[in-house]
Amino acid sequence: MSLLEIKNLHASVEGIEILKGLSLTIDPGQVHSIMGPNGSGKSTLSRVIAGEETYKITEGSVLLNGKNLLDMNPEDRAREGIFLAFQYPVEIPGVSTKYFLRTAVNSIRAHRDLDELDAYGFLKLVKEKAAWVQLDPALLDRPVNEGFSGGEKKRAEIFQMAMLEPTMCILDESDSGLDIDALRIVANGVNQQRSPERGFLVITHYQRLLEYIVPDVVHVLLDGRIVRSGGKELALELEEKGYSWIEQEVAAGA
Amino acid sequence: MPHDPNTTLDQWAEQSDYKWGFVTDIDTDTLPPGLNEEVIRIISARKGEPEWMLEWRLGAFAKWKDMVEPEWAHWPDHDWRPIDYQAISYYSAPKRDEDRPKSLDEVDPILLETYEKLGIPLEERAALAGVAVDAVFDSVSVATTFRDKLAEAGVIFCPFSEAVQKHPELVKKYLGKVVSRTDNFFAALNAAVFTDGSFVYIPKGVRCPMELSTYFRINQMNTGQFERTLIVADEGAYVSYLEGCTAPQRDENQLHAAVVELVAMEDAEIKYSTIQNWYPGDENGVGGIYNFVTKRGLCSGDRSHISWTQVETGSAMTWKYPSCILKGDDSIGEFYSVALTNNYQQADTGTKMIHVGKRTHSNIVSKGISAGKGHNTYRGLVKILPGSTDSRNYTQCDSMLMGDECGAHTFPVIEVENCTAQVEHEASTTKIGEDQIFYCNQRGISSEDAVSMIVNGFCREVFAELPMEFAVEAKALLAVSLEDSVG
Ligand SMILES: Nc1ncnc2c1ncn2[C@@H]1O[C@H](COP(=O)(O)OP(=O)(O)O)[C@@H](O)[C@H]1O
Ligand SMILES: [Mg+2]
Repeated sequence: MSLLEIKNLHASVEGIEILKGLSLTIDPGQVHSIMGPNGSGKSTLSRVIAGEETYKITEGSVLLNGKNLLDMNPEDRAREGIFLAFQYPVEIPGVSTKYFLRTAVNSIRAHRDLDELDAYGFLKLVKEKAAWVQLDPALLDRPVNEGFSGGEKKRAEIFQMAMLEPTMCILDESDSGLDIDALRIVANGVNQQRSPERGFLVITHYQRLLEYIVPDVVHVLLDGRIVRSGGKELALELEEKGYSWIEQEVAAGA
Repeated sequence: MPHDPNTTLDQWAEQSDYKWGFVTDIDTDTLPPGLNEEVIRIISARKGEPEWMLEWRLGAFAKWKDMVEPEWAHWPDHDWRPIDYQAISYYSAPKRDEDRPKSLDEVDPILLETYEKLGIPLEERAALAGVAVDAVFDSVSVATTFRDKLAEAGVIFCPFSEAVQKHPELVKKYLGKVVSRTDNFFAALNAAVFTDGSFVYIPKGVRCPMELSTYFRINQMNTGQFERTLIVADEGAYVSYLEGCTAPQRDENQLHAAVVELVAMEDAEIKYSTIQNWYPGDENGVGGIYNFVTKRGLCSGDRSHISWTQVETGSAMTWKYPSCILKGDDSIGEFYSVALTNNYQQADTGTKMIHVGKRTHSNIVSKGISAGKGHNTYRGLVKILPGSTDSRNYTQCDSMLMGDECGAHTFPVIEVENCTAQVEHEASTTKIGEDQIFYCNQRGISSEDAVSMIVNGFCREVFAELPMEFAVEAKALLAVSLEDSVG
């Protein structure tokens, strides 16, 4: 069975259609990448999968391990294994990252019929996973994302992903704004989490990230539709020829 | 005797064989509604008060009759219906009050059951936490424990009415010295008709061996509740006092006008913590308590320290400004507040810090949370008098909004009459964003947990001031109060 199966997905916001019939299937263990110009609907796709209510689904289906995600509220989707590393993680003043994560870990564990992690077990896990992305654990005593640098925010997202052990990881431009060293650290953190059960959807604007997180399939998203899918060489081709090349090809083909 | 609302005072007196001079024979539950000198005499007589106490009440009443209800509080959107003071009954007592219980074993089991339902584990609390409890059920204190231990330390902690009997010299010395009996409309009303409350005296150099705790609640229909609390910490003494209350559902507005006076002598410290959870009215703004309270502390001696911490989640309307008069040199006044308004609740609360002595410090941290159609107003006064050199105030005033229909308002007034003063004021307004909730949801956290987490984070500086157990209760209370405000 596929891990994530999206069929003919249409989503709109404020009456404007953004996703216009998108289909995508990810099998366990696979890494898929979505590339596309700004405004093509990449973040929308990630937020729709995660269950943000601003977006109205007018048609189509999204299944995770055969379960209908569209019937679930966002927290249940997360508990079922969806994780979204946000392009712009929000700050939550007054709530320490550790406390936040412990609440998250334990609500997900409860859903999976696992015992609550005690303080000791939790801190042990924190230490281990923070090292994966070279995140200073002192940062985790600060409020969620508050006062984090751009790079720290991105690393913190990947760290959270490691803590929650999702089955379907969606990364929305986790590379944007990172220098090459930070990019390597983030990619390394992601690669540590690859496994035969886990699927990844890596959204990016540039192919640079894909040199480190090597995808099985690359899709090009244009104006709410996947217009081309291919191997990792498609990313290189895009990089070389630019998005306008694809736009022209698509226009010509239509 | 069950009370028939149509009974006049005369009839009532008749029926209950009431005659002047035979007051101890009155075996009644509730006075019929109405307020006049006679009612005050009955209350005073019913409590077996000495003449000076009655005179004090009557003096307050005489002034009160000429006073008008304050209208300046900021209560937008509320159809303020004037209170009919003649429609309120000013005295009620539990049935078997004559044999006031000496310990919990003697307390009416039905009453204990009510406490249980309200989530007040009185016995447990008393036994496990070693907290002395002076529970006020309506107007008469029914349970007081741990007296012996306190007595050993020389601490007096008793119902106010008992203090009037047993420690008249102390009561006379301090009563009305911080909040005069004619201070304001509601304080004067309280002075005239107060039925009970708590009295605390900590002698010189004594650190009170336990936290003192009192639970107040309103139980009977249309019975105004007028408590009076007086706490005196003598030189070098320390006490932490906890006041908390819950009230069952009510359809009619009820008036609650309490007065609290604190006096801290040289090197003394008083920590006063409150959880206020009176019935707030239903989701349409029907019913709920009117909570008009006067709380004031006098830092009388040098290096004295008074700290108010309050968590206000209840009441339809709140009018409350726990204040400090920093008279002693190097004295410290603190105010930490969380006020939450939901549905149609209105809170107008804050503090006054009056700097009189030299090198006095005050610290104000106010957190207002508005949800639903609730309105939250911070009203503060920081006044530095000419003789108060090198004094400092820091004020932090934060508001949090949930939704688009609520409001937050701040009216800070700063009056500095000494140029060596340092006064700092910081304010912020934040909104719990959908995006924050969604972020939490995406990590598997429910919206309710997300809101309570964010709100508790917002209030952390105030909760840090509460005694541990109280802080836990306060957090739970905020969560419950916001339960339905998440989409
Ligand atoms: N919440 C929203 N409200 C209004 N418009 C939106 C919203 N989210 C996305 N859009 C619009 O949808 C389009 C796709 O946006 P987005 O998914 O963020 O693109 P990408 O991530 O590929 O840059 C853009 O035109 C954007 O303005
Ligand atoms: Mg985007």
